[in-house]
Amino acid sequence: MATVDQAVQLTAGTRSERLVRWLTRTPIHIALVAISIIWLVPTVGLAITSFRQPTDIANSGWWHAFTQWDWTLHNYGSVIHATGMGHAWVNSLIITVPATLLPLTLGALAAFGFAWIPFPFRDTLFLIIVALMIVPIQTSLVPLLKLFAEHGHLNNGYWGIWLAHTAFGLPLAVFLLRNFFITLPKDLIEAARMDGASNLSIFRRIVVPLSVPALASFGIFQFLWVWNDLLMALIFVSDPTKQPMTVRIPYLLSTYGQEYNLLAAAAFLLMIVPLIVFFALQRYFVQGLLAGSVKS
Amino acid sequence: MSLRSGVERLQGFLFVLPALVVLAIFLIYPAYYTIRLAFYEGDFHFGFFHYLGIDNFKQLLTNDKDFLDLSKFPPGGALINNLRWLIFYISISLLIGVGLAVLAVRVRYERFVKTAIFLPMAISAVAVGIIWLFVYSPDPDIGVLNGLFRGVGLHEQSWLGNPSLVNYALIFAYIWASVGFVMVVLSAAIKGLPADVLEAARVDGANEWQIFRRIMFPMLSLPISVVTIWLFINVIKVFDIIYVMTGGGPGTTSRVIAFTMYEETFHNGRPGYGAAVAAIMLVLIAPVMILNVRRFRSERVVG
Repeated sequence: MATVDQAVQLTAGTRSERLVRWLTRTPIHIALVAISIIWLVPTVGLAITSFRQPTDIANSGWWHAFTQWDWTLHNYGSVIHATGMGHAWVNSLIITVPATLLPLTLGALAAFGFAWIPFPFRDTLFLIIVALMIVPIQTSLVPLLKLFAEHGHLNNGYWGIWLAHTAFGLPLAVFLLRNFFITLPKDLIEAARMDGASNLSIFRRIVVPLSVPALASFGIFQFLWVWNDLLMALIFVSDPTKQPMTVRIPYLLSTYGQEYNLLAAAAFLLMIVPLIVFFALQRYFVQGLLAGSVKS
Repeated sequence: MSLRSGVERLQGFLFVLPALVVLAIFLIYPAYYTIRLAFYEGDFHFGFFHYLGIDNFKQLLTNDKDFLDLSKFPPGGALINNLRWLIFYISISLLIGVGLAVLAVRVRYERFVKTAIFLPMAISAVAVGIIWLFVYSPDPDIGVLNGLFRGVGLHEQSWLGNPSLVNYALIFAYIWASVGFVMVVLSAAIKGLPADVLEAARVDGANEWQIFRRIMFPMLSLPISVVTIWLFINVIKVFDIIYVMTGGGPGTTSRVIAFTMYEETFHNGRPGYGAAVAAIMLVLIAPVMILNVRRFRSERVVG
């Protein structure tokens, strides 16, 4: 299909028309470049601050760092070792990986059931799951904390937060994956059934291999959601030595609030994982986010 | 055959069962529990202690100046702050996002613009909070905004310490983090518009504004409504950035609903009161739930 890009180019005509177009376009260029720079400045400022000497940070703005070339990695060393942020970074990973794989697995199984095996009340159950997608976390905090505390102190380890994230990720997983699974070719699945394949082997050998893009999109969305989450970790991870970065950084802020070098380095450590995911898997990342838009 | 289909029905149920059990225990039952708790005072163990009827809601809506204060002008409280968020966060995000989506397709460095604007979407709200604490720092040697103000000879501002500025400062930081999403959704939609229709309009002498206003905009109404709903849910749920940047302050001037729920439940030891706030959040979200279900149903009727 022809796109807007081509249509815009088609309209370029004679030289004077081009001049008029160039003149009318100058404000567009200025606006776009200005907004892009404004949008980059806060992140760049933080990144630069994290590589500056504490005395330099106190005495001059980060925008002077280009002329005073005195960069250091020392802030990262301090924040990782002295403030325990390295440990918290590992905790973030320990929380995030199972909290991504659990809803992905349970969600894929359920989505397959909803997409390809008829059973009573299937549509009603699915609509309930659609409605559950945007339930606010706040309605679960108190009862879940009570449940975890009274049944095996799940909030002292990681099981509480894993289960809570699984429950909140599941509706979106089921919704997205079911919508993808129903687009798979019916003939393929019917043929496998005729050959006597069980539902489980159809799921494992046909549906999952054909659905890698959808599984990746949800997986990335959930991974970033959990990695970036503050509220659930704040409530469901009670042991300070097990808390993730998102919880430890506000503590850092309240105890080392004036130590900008440490804060900047800590925030950058938190950002580094999503940024790697963003640049390495941009396509899946955007797809995952677009798909997740129904959830926010 | 009937035996086989019976087994199969059971199998379908087995596939969805683990997910349903998790949802029932960790999502549906807690929602029920919280709604019920909203009618109690609640105790230290979050038990159903001291039935109050609708008193929590009455107190919140008529007698809690931190939640809703209509006695002064401009009115204040968490609910009013959410209203501020609703108006400014949604309209400005849409304005910038739509503008960027329309303009960025016309330049060769589209990828650069999109990457720059979309980048904050990947970042945790905690990191967004730290980033903007730096930007808004009252010290002009730390904060780029006050550095700029000093540079051009304006008075430096206490962006987060001034009750009449703090909410707008927070809103802008969150707009910064959200515009990328609006832009990407609309940009994808714009690229999907039929080029021949736009071309025909140009041949007929329509100018770019008329094309945007009369052709693009109506065709984009669906994606725009999708992102508006997304922004709306964000407003109701906004918490992290406030927790990190202001803690609801100065005083209680930058509190929002989600923050009030956290504060009342976990700091002030009023679980019933906090549950009432959570119930109000659920009521505010409910129309979107209904909309989602309806939309899904109608899509299936068409498909």
